[in-house]
Amino acid sequence: MSHLQLDRVSAYYGAFQAVADVSLNIEPCSITALIGPSGCGKSTLLRTINRLHETIPGARVTGDVRLNGQDVLGPGSDPVEVRSRVGMVFQRANPFPTMSISENVLAGVKLRGRRLAPKQAEQVVERSLKAANLWQETKDRLKKSGAGLSGGQQQRLCIARAIAVQPEVLLMDEPCSALDPASTAAIEELMVTLKSDYTVVVVTHNLAQAARVSDQTAFMSVDRAGQPGRLIEHGSTVSLFNAPTQTATCDYIAGKFG
Amino acid sequence: MTGLDLIEVDSPVTGSTGSSLAPGRAQALWRSSQPLASTRRQRRRRIKDRAMTAALAACALIAAVPLVSLLWTTVSHGLARLDPTFFNQSMRGVAGVGGGALHAIWGSVLITLAATALAAPVGLGTALWLVECADRSRSALTSGLARAVRAVVGVTAGIPSIVAGLFVYALIALVAGPGYRSGLAGAIALAVIMTPVVESACEEVLARVPGELREGALALGAPQWRCVTSVILPTARPGVISGVLLGVSRVVGETAPLLLVAGFTDSMNLNLLDGRMASLPVYIYSQWQNKGVQAAAYDARAWTAALVLVALVLALHLTARLSARWATRKEH
Repeated sequence: MSHLQLDRVSAYYGAFQAVADVSLNIEPCSITALIGPSGCGKSTLLRTINRLHETIPGARVTGDVRLNGQDVLGPGSDPVEVRSRVGMVFQRANPFPTMSISENVLAGVKLRGRRLAPKQAEQVVERSLKAANLWQETKDRLKKSGAGLSGGQQQRLCIARAIAVQPEVLLMDEPCSALDPASTAAIEELMVTLKSDYTVVVVTHNLAQAARVSDQTAFMSVDRAGQPGRLIEHGSTVSLFNAPTQTATCDYIAGKFG
Repeated sequence: MTGLDLIEVDSPVTGSTGSSLAPGRAQALWRSSQPLASTRRQRRRRIKDRAMTAALAACALIAAVPLVSLLWTTVSHGLARLDPTFFNQSMRGVAGVGGGALHAIWGSVLITLAATALAAPVGLGTALWLVECADRSRSALTSGLARAVRAVVGVTAGIPSIVAGLFVYALIALVAGPGYRSGLAGAIALAVIMTPVVESACEEVLARVPGELREGALALGAPQWRCVTSVILPTARPGVISGVLLGVSRVVGETAPLLLVAGFTDSMNLNLLDGRMASLPVYIYSQWQNKGVQAAAYDARAWTAALVLVALVLALHLTARLSARWATRKEH
């Protein structure tokens, strides 16, 4: 069971510091929500965990991220290896347009240069699509393009693609912000079932969503534009929403800013 | 109070709020006090609008006239010799009527294929390096190099084709001695012209591949090269194909460099590495330039070769356009 520890993580885009000194303990097999106003660095923080942040020219990270005690950011760690253990789902569903539905699910296998026997590949596709609650809708059109699916189905296809390679951690960057309420409900339901197997970290703008699905909540905020985002408060979702200890958290939850 | 008074009093810019009306309402009131009937100013505007539209349509028409006329002339003159002989005979031993362009068609096909084989990998490779490596690099040296490469590509795209021919002539002369002509030399000259065309088309199409697909592949644990070969290139493929075809149609009608370095012959030559090799554009030129006693036969052959060449370029263009359209349709 994978345990994530962030220790004094700071992230930069060139000279601009987007995140300052975030230390966070993320419990295995739970859902941790990162909430906060726009520009507080929550997506950036998420992207440091799978080292996707550093693929942007000029971006860098300092501090320490540990996955089960293993150093993630250090020179001894291979970003490709990190990303095969930490899956990610993006804000906008991004199925590969040249691949069919089943090829999309198997994309992670292919992109890591592994081959599966046809029988085994079928099993992976079925298991992943079932886990993503998409099997019933797609089992008769597996060879068709994923582009023909609805937005919510595409997002669930991306979740299936991410879990097909059985990562330890699943990062979700506002996975429902482009979806209608019905699709959002489907994804939220899915997130709750996923946490029995995966450590889930979800960035969300939607406070009600954080309250509904997460076990732990971390609130990040930024004083004003140009300042780095900081972690203000972190705790169990119930206590953070019911009895926040910081005034900023209180104001944000009450809808006074953000 | 007139409408203008209202707007001044309530203008948020001056900050005075003398009236009890809100600024938005005052503006609405002012607008509704204007007559809707057509004024002299509106009539004048309508006349100007019609005149300009007509002038622009005339421009479009003028631009289309030469093209239509060109096609018509080529077809009407070229049909005379559009016969089987034209496609199955060379000019070997022909001094008057008869003869064909088989050797020139083969020459054009071979030289263009060789030029594509040289230019397409270099053009696509350069575009890949610029978009996938250099633009994502944090080294100042690499970005400087990328800027230099882009500048060089831009300049190369603009050099006159005869200069490219001269350049390759001088280059080949260094290796094989002066006066040496071959299909390969022609292909190299065409590749010099073609590479920047392919490069800029590929660069544009690669840059248009959404960053989310790139990130999606990386986030699945793909090494960069697999991200490129399995996601980016397949997504960009129709655009790359149309870029290469545009490059081919750009060079297939080139005459000057081939005249210099591939030369002309009346005979079949299928060996790119040795000896002069005919091509359609040079065939047209030489039929026109060196008319024998029966000049009409030479003219007719030149027109038919021109017709074949125009048909070839149009077909290439059409394929490129269709391929690009297919790509954009898939994106949505």
